[in-house]
Amino acid sequence: MATFIKDIGFPRFLMSLLLIVILVTAIVVGIPIGMVLTDLVQRVGMYGVIVLAMVPSIQSGTGPNFAVTIGIVLGLLAATTAIEFNLVGMWAFLFAIAMALPLSIIVGLLYGKLLNACKGAEMTISTYTGFSIVQLMCIAWIVIPFNSQIMRWPIGKGLKTTFTLESTIYKVLDNFLYFKIGEVEIPTGLLLFFFAACLLVYAFTQSKMGTAIQLGGMNNKFAVASGVDIDRGRLVANVISTYLGAVGIIVYSQSFGFIQLYTAPLMMAFPAVAAVLIGGATASRAKVSHVIIGVILFQGVLTSSMPVLNEIIPFGSVAEISRMVIQNGIILYALTKVDGGQ
Amino acid sequence: MDKEYLLEMKGITKSYYGNTVLKNVDLSIKPGEIHCLMGENGAGKSTLMNILFGMNVIHSTGGFEGEIFFDGEKRDVRSSFDAMNLGIGMVHQEFMLIPDYSITENIKLNRELTKDNFVSRLFGPRLKTVEYAKMGRDARKALDKVDMNIDEWIRVAGLPVGYMQFIEIAREIDKTGIKFLVFDEPTAVLTESEASNLLRIMRKLADSGIAILFITHRLDEVIEISDNITVLRDGELVAKKKTSETTSREIAELMVGRKIELSGKEKKDIDRTKDPILELKDFKVKMPGEEVKGINLKLYEGEILGIGGLAGLGKLGISNGIMGLYPTSGDIILRGEKITNPLTKEMLEKRIAFVSEDRKEVGLVIDASIELNTVFTAMNINGEYLKDYKFFTLRDKKRIKERAEQMIKDLDIRCTNSKQMVGNLSGGNQQKVCIARALTQNPEIILVSEPTRGIDIGAKKIVLDLLKKLNKDYNMTIIMTSSELNELRGISDRIAIVTEGKIAGILQPEDSDANFGLLMAGKSIEEDRGDRDGNIH
Repeated sequence: MATFIKDIGFPRFLMSLLLIVILVTAIVVGIPIGMVLTDLVQRVGMYGVIVLAMVPSIQSGTGPNFAVTIGIVLGLLAATTAIEFNLVGMWAFLFAIAMALPLSIIVGLLYGKLLNACKGAEMTISTYTGFSIVQLMCIAWIVIPFNSQIMRWPIGKGLKTTFTLESTIYKVLDNFLYFKIGEVEIPTGLLLFFFAACLLVYAFTQSKMGTAIQLGGMNNKFAVASGVDIDRGRLVANVISTYLGAVGIIVYSQSFGFIQLYTAPLMMAFPAVAAVLIGGATASRAKVSHVIIGVILFQGVLTSSMPVLNEIIPFGSVAEISRMVIQNGIILYALTKVDGGQ
Repeated sequence: MDKEYLLEMKGITKSYYGNTVLKNVDLSIKPGEIHCLMGENGAGKSTLMNILFGMNVIHSTGGFEGEIFFDGEKRDVRSSFDAMNLGIGMVHQEFMLIPDYSITENIKLNRELTKDNFVSRLFGPRLKTVEYAKMGRDARKALDKVDMNIDEWIRVAGLPVGYMQFIEIAREIDKTGIKFLVFDEPTAVLTESEASNLLRIMRKLADSGIAILFITHRLDEVIEISDNITVLRDGELVAKKKTSETTSREIAELMVGRKIELSGKEKKDIDRTKDPILELKDFKVKMPGEEVKGINLKLYEGEILGIGGLAGLGKLGISNGIMGLYPTSGDIILRGEKITNPLTKEMLEKRIAFVSEDRKEVGLVIDASIELNTVFTAMNINGEYLKDYKFFTLRDKKRIKERAEQMIKDLDIRCTNSKQMVGNLSGGNQQKVCIARALTQNPEIILVSEPTRGIDIGAKKIVLDLLKKLNKDYNMTIIMTSSELNELRGISDRIAIVTEGKIAGILQPEDSDANFGLLMAGKSIEEDRGDRDGNIH
């Protein structure tokens, strides 16, 4: 048993146990399990791509990408542009992810250069870069000259803090080949998209460049002695990570049904970091499998604990508070236990 | 016991985990004597000093056998505090000074003179007032003893290294009742005039009755200053001599000795009339701790060139410089092509492979599999072991596995399978993986640095035999850098000895021990045998 726990890593073991306990409790207290599972599957698809953004940055040695918020605001910018151009449905979605690419390349390169300039302090730098960019964009959302009635405040200047995507890209992925197994709804398109993204990232890690980036992240000096341009690898990795963040938020928004601007992206990096760490990654090693396991465990515990807690403690906003406690607790725990599960 | 000796160490034997590093070593020193302790790297000098100072590394590994007498009594030194209380001090090779403190504060560090005040009477001695004036006077006295007329209140930061060395000495002699001082290679970092100044001070201290144990590699200094000499080799006492009755040549011979017979290397005919495959011209490398200060060297196709010399004097810098891992100046001429400021990638592409002396940091990725470690350089440089899918390429798992398994078989790498993490292998097997990586790159020239460092004797033999085989069967040109002179002599066609960042001379493997010893100790060989290429400096 002890070696089994060591093999899969204690955080992963603990979270799996917690998820099972919660699901069993849900059945015991009479919560419709179909609803819980529907929620779980959807959340995995929603958050998956953002979590995937952690893989290239960790592999390149720059640590978990706390500045994935850069990618997120770029994705939001691309999505709002698509709406401004009056695009709807799949076209709007495709336009947004296409537009996010050049934006991510430019901004990702700048961000990568910043990281290369301050090696050794990447985690702190990326956290605060992420915070700063969100605040900077708060100004941008006000001054941006968009006129779409969906997004603008009815009076005054700037875009609304939250607006619905009902008429544009709401569930364009989720509803693709959508079907039901009993009570459980399967958002096929969303899951396919997530797995396709996983496959692409995995393929990249198996490529010549991906291998060089990975070994460079594990042992800088070794890679240099094998003629690897470490700095270039880190730039590429962070461009990819930024782009995945951008695509991730577009996928998230279409499933969620709303776009949230201003300070909403501020804390979005943390659940993503926590998920990949719980999946078995460390601050210096990450694989695509860690993302899949991590996002299932993290989102699973988060989504299923809510209705269960509501049932057990049925007053006021206890469930909401508990959700915050659980989420931040998991993040904190994951950050302190960054080993195991290779 | 004999009262005339201040320090006597008798029958000292010490082993680390079954590996004996000192065997029945004696050392005795009289008051007022300057005694030199000589030996190559790894001869056991530091271990002997660690025992004398009761360092933790000794006691945590099972202690030692033998007895220490100091001042006529048997002593049990359990810590450096015990040593200090006995009156034994050490002047370190690296300076242990606090840059932002003044000279006085450094000299009196942790031994500050204090007097009681109101607060300290209430709350204890930690809050006593420091008596700066008195400390300054003491420091002045100590500095005068070492002939330094520098202001005792100047901050240490920014002083020349020579001064720092003397401050270290002043600190030791300021300690009350100091009777015995150990100087651990004090002249290594000093300029010539500073060094001669230091030797003068040592003589002065010895004349005042302090016994001095002097550890150095510089034979000139030894002959100049010491009264007696003890030579260690491979943990054994090989000689005790009066300096007046010996010569530097004899000492050099004793230090080097001959440990293994030079078998297995048949003389190879190297055609040295052709242009060299690799030539270095006024080549300098800024590698910290192993700086190369301008060398000229020719490497001919198909030969094994050994590079020897003591640690820290630049021999490792040469290969690292050729690979472009540290900033260089001067020219590399590779197959007739001139290269200045080599780039690592470019050198690898020109089919030079490098096995680093730093196995864990540079040579391997500890957390990656044998497979990946073996093929990575070849993949990155030659684009091999990849499958091409037109728009992108992926690692060719099948061929990678085949290659790794072939290497495991050829080099006898002991592992569970080719996917095992190299971090779980023993040192010798890790070294074989390093060599496997270099070979997979399909090189023409291979630079191997310290290939046998930290590996057991069986693995050593396999590694050396492998290098010989590569040279013989594939006519591979090899530069092997090693601290183990006897290994170099067993495998090389020629051996360049590096001291002070320059080539002291190039010898044949069968040259006399004395010649090797003299070159390593920074002396020129009297009768100029030279090498046949005129590369002597």
